[in-house]
Formats: sequence, structure tokens, C-alpha cells
Amino acid sequence: MKIHEYQAKQIFAAAGIVVPEGDIATTPIEAYDLAVKYNKPVMVKSQVHVGGRGKAGGIKYAENAEAAKVLATQILGMDIKGLTVKKVLVTVAEDIISESYVGIILDRITKRPVIMVSAAGGVDIEEVAAKTPEKIFKLAVDPIAGLKPFQARNLAYKLYRDITQVRKAANIIMKLYKSFWESDASLVEINPLITNTGGDVIALDAKMNIDDNCLFRQADIEAMRDLDAEDSSEIAARKADLSFVKLDGSIGCIVNGAGLAMATMDLVKRYGAEPANFLDIGGSSNPQKVVDAVNIILSDANVKAILINIFGGITRCDDVANGIVEAIKQLQPEVPIVVRLTGTNEKEAAKILKKVNLPSEDTLDKVVKKAIELAGIEI
Amino acid sequence: MSIFINKRTKLVVQGITGRDGSLHAKQMKKYGTNVVAGVTPGKGNTKLSGIPVFNTVEEAVAKTKANTSVIYVPPVFAIDAIYEAVDAGIKLVICITEGVSANDMMKVYQYVKEQGARLIGPNCPGLISPGESKVGIIPGNIVKKGNIGVVSRSGTLTYEAIWALTSEGMGQSSCVGIGGDQVIGTNFIDCLEAFEADRSTKAIVMLGEIGGSDEEDAAKYIKKYVTKPVVSFIAGQTAPAGKRMGHAGAIISGGSGLAVDKIKALNKAGVPVAYSPTEIPGLIKEQIKKFADKAKASKAPKKPAVKKVAKKKTTKKK
Repeated sequence: MKIHEYQAKQIFAAAGIVVPEGDIATTPIEAYDLAVKYNKPVMVKSQVHVGGRGKAGGIKYAENAEAAKVLATQILGMDIKGLTVKKVLVTVAEDIISESYVGIILDRITKRPVIMVSAAGGVDIEEVAAKTPEKIFKLAVDPIAGLKPFQARNLAYKLYRDITQVRKAANIIMKLYKSFWESDASLVEINPLITNTGGDVIALDAKMNIDDNCLFRQADIEAMRDLDAEDSSEIAARKADLSFVKLDGSIGCIVNGAGLAMATMDLVKRYGAEPANFLDIGGSSNPQKVVDAVNIILSDANVKAILINIFGGITRCDDVANGIVEAIKQLQPEVPIVVRLTGTNEKEAAKILKKVNLPSEDTLDKVVKKAIELAGIEI
Repeated sequence: MSIFINKRTKLVVQGITGRDGSLHAKQMKKYGTNVVAGVTPGKGNTKLSGIPVFNTVEEAVAKTKANTSVIYVPPVFAIDAIYEAVDAGIKLVICITEGVSANDMMKVYQYVKEQGARLIGPNCPGLISPGESKVGIIPGNIVKKGNIGVVSRSGTLTYEAIWALTSEGMGQSSCVGIGGDQVIGTNFIDCLEAFEADRSTKAIVMLGEIGGSDEEDAAKYIKKYVTKPVVSFIAGQTAPAGKRMGHAGAIISGGSGLAVDKIKALNKAGVPVAYSPTEIPGLIKEQIKKFADKAKASKAPKKPAVKKVAKKKTTKKK
């Protein structure tokens, strides 16, 4: 799960990392009031789940409260890479002397948390990583032994020469590492970590991604979920305990298993159409899940046909068949549906499906072609 | 022959009295797996379909000499279950459970390594060596004994591929589902190494998906060390960036983990990539023939030639 910058900053501040004073505004007036309260120049920063906000014009400097109001008017409602800005963070502007980068990621290759630091922080860090990787220093931390103060200090020395700043940065790295574990994060990032004219070391930006598998024990973070930032069909799918991603095509797909769901989508594309979604009904055999799945897909007006592809292992085909019959009874879809149920209890499933007289196919390739044909798309 | 599990596998099922554990313990036993014990704290001294249930893995190992464990406990308890199995001396632990914390897994991974054990999973369908043993949830009725090794990051996609092979009369030596999470105990390279060493395996099918760089690393390994034909399939060519496609590990982030890059890397290593699981059997047949022809060509005409010439050629290549 992604959280916004202002939310990550709340977590950082609670962990003892210095962040600039700031608060959230959803209207230009609120932005104005905040700037008046701080009585200093401020930054108006769009809060959307996407990188490159600054380059897209979503982060602006305001000399005074009046300017903050004007900028908030421009930024609120702005579209950044397909996402609409609904909130801005109004935060005290700092005099920046240097910009560094500090990040911790779960590294799949070493299977360790890897800390990355670079004195070349700021908006072009991705370019730095691609063109001059030698400017980024990495340390894979032993997850059992944990991060030692000397390791944090060594990393801090890659950023600063002044011992006071080194100590401050080392302290931030230690706290960031602790925060990574305590929040069950898969990524934490400060870009930039700045020094100001007063010699302070401050986290000017904050990014945090949380492991979805751990949200059950991170109630405070789960509560930060921004429903405005998600597609309504994705929210409905999560409530129904379905793994779902909305796409732009016209073939609705209901599949069991993530790998098979992706393979099915790929074949839809190969045979000349576009998938409308990724949807994995998972391993359980609850017929209600099929009803919910059909319902969510039908809410997408682009869908011209629905393809149901089930390879029964744990999932029983007869349960899915019952779900399909129920879905047709309850929802009476006008969109054509084609099914392929193979594996556990497929014969029982075929009998059940006779009640609703749906077209069915016996292989993956055939069911995909049939769905495209039913959608009226010429191959 | 097979990899990781065989007739000598003595299995303990952790979470045997749970909904999934009890169902699959019975199915594994029915398939012919030597299920010697089950473990559920508080349910010791009972039996499930004739399988003795113990309170602890330690006790189960002491009484039954179990050498392999399979875990079906809920995600909150799965991490602890892995530690328990390893501490009881089990050298092969298969974790089926989905939804395990990736950060916790980093610690477990290191611990398991330090103890000299092997973990497969989590979030995986387990493995099956047809005719010998089944550990996990892969349906026993879709496999057939033979000489194709299958390794996959997915579950049902694996079944689809196995079924395609079986339907074409191509049996399998072992089929291993390594799981779709970010941190997994056994990766493609571990399985490729085992299949390469396994005499009953003649060709290998590797099923990958978007996210991470395991497929690229496997491609490099294949080029260097694998002498057997390998055929692949990569799921997720239509997946958008930044969205998690079900599996925790299936996500394209920052332009890495793309299917197109994986396919390119595999092709470069001489591995053909199927567009559909149903295309796999045909590709294997082609590759087996190609490898056989190459072997023939390199053997036949050179026999009368002077040995020294042949030697020089091989040193030049290096």
C-alpha cells in the first residue's frame, strides 16, 4: 500500500526524524490559512501516489499566503500522470544548501534490506542511478543482526564532511531503519535530505510503501488509506476479497490464480483484443466471490464480453459453476459470458452450467478466441 | 529419480487439523506420499485419517523420523512454523501459506540458510515428483511420470502447463512451484541446478512472470551451466506498471521487472519463450531434437579428425 508524503512525514516525525512544519489543505482558503499561521514562505505540494510531482508542476514555492492561495487553486484538481490532485501539503520552505538521497528497500536479490545513500539527491536521482551509479552507495544490512551505528555513520560520511552533520544524518539513518521494520515497509525514502543555512539536516520529502500482507497489524497505517486515490471498482474488489486491477480494454477476465490470470490477459492481447481487468478469485471455492466478480466487471461500461477461466485445484469447478448460475440469476447480464472450467469436479460443473446455457470451451486458447468473437471484435 | 522429494520423503504436516491442512494431508496420503505425522498444538495424541498428530514438530521428528515438513498454518503463524521445523532438524520445509510478511521472511531466509536447510515458498503450490511423492497442493491427477522438469513462480499457471505436457504424453520428473512472493526460499537457479544434476530430467520448463529479475538471472545461469534444453513462458506482458498483479512479487516498478526484458534475456540464452502454455510441449519437442542434432553433429564428423585439433577449438572458445 502506498501512503502520501504528509502521512509518511507523520510517521517519520513520530520516529524522531526532523521534518519541516506543515499540514494538509483541500481548498485554497485552507492553504492560505496555513501560510498565514506559519508566517513564512511555504511550499505547496500535491499529494498523489506518483513520482515526478515537481517536474509535472505539482510542487511550487509561495513567497506569502496570497501566493499560496493562488498556487493551491492551480494545483488542486490538477492531473498528474492520470491522477487528480485532491490534497496539497502546505509546508514551511527551507533554504537549501545541499540535497542528498537516503532510501531503504527490501532487496529481492540479496533478500536483505538495502540502504542507499547519495550526495547527488534531488529530482534527478533516477538519472543519477542510471548514468552514474558510482554516486550511489549501498549497504545490505544483516536482517538478524540489524543496523549498527558505525554502519550508519559510514553511510553518513558519504554525504557530509562536517562531523555534526554526519552525526545528525547517521541518527536519521538509524531511525529510518527502525521505522522501516516497525511500519512493515517495503520502501522508505527521503529525497531530498537537505542541509539548510542553519546547518540542520532535514527530511524535506518522505515516501513510504507498506507490505499489504502486514496491514492486519498496522491499523494506524491502514487507516491512512486514501480511498480518493483508488478506482471505485478496485475498492469494491478489495471489500469482496478479490485481487483486481482495472485496465482499459473490453474483455472482462475472471480467473483463479495470479499467474494464470496474467497469462489469460496476455492471450487476449495476442489474439487482437485488450483485457478490461486483472481479476484473481483466489483459491477459495466461495460461489459468492464469483457473483461479486461478475458484478464488479459489469460496472465497467467498456466491457463487451466476460471470459471465465478456471483451472481447478483447490478451487472446485462445481462451486464456481454455482456462482456463475447465481450471478446470472441475480445480475441478468446483457454482456455475453464464455466459460472454461477444467480440473477438480469439472463434470459436476458442466451439469450445473446446463441450467444457464452458456457457451463453454475446453482449452485456454479456445476460450480466449471465443470471448473476443462474442465481443464482436474482428481478429 | 526426481528433485527435492522422492520415495524416501517422510512428511510432517504443520497445521494438519486446519481446513486446508486436513484436506491436503488426506490428498497427499492418497497420492502415495509417506505422510508420517501431523502437528497442531493442543491436538497431540489424536489421529487424522490414520496419521498421528503431535503437539510439536520436535516430538513428531523424534517419534517418526520425519525429514520434510509442509506448512498450511495461517499467515500470522507461518513464520514461527518455519523456525519450529528448522529447529527440529527438518532440512526441507515447504511453506504453502499465502500472505506472509516479506520483512519477516528476510530474517527467516537467513536463519534457514545458516541452519543448512532448504525452504520452498512461501505462497507456493509445493511440489510433486510423479509416482513418488507429492508435497503441497498440485493436483495429483494432472501429472504423469516422465522426464520433463517444471519450475514455476505461479500456481494454477503451473497446472495449466503441466496439463499441456501430460495431454501431449510428456511426463514430468518433478514439478516445483517456488512461489510468487518477493522473498522466497528457493529460486529458479536452485531448481535449474537440481534439474541439471538429476539424471531422470531430460528437458526443463521454466514458468516466470513480471517483477524482479529472477528470470534474467536464471537466463545467465542457463547460458553458463545448463546443458539440457530449457523452454520458458513469462506471464504479464499486458500488465501495467506500478500495480501489483495478485502476487506480492508481480509488480513492475521503476521500469524494471518487465516481461519483454525477461523474454529478451531468455532468448539471448537460447531459451525459446512460448506465447501460451499450450505452445510449450511443441517447443520442447523442437528443442530436444535441436539439442540431439547438435550432439550428433559435433560427435559424428570429428571422430576421424586428430584429437589435438578438437582440443584447440575448445580452448579457443573459452
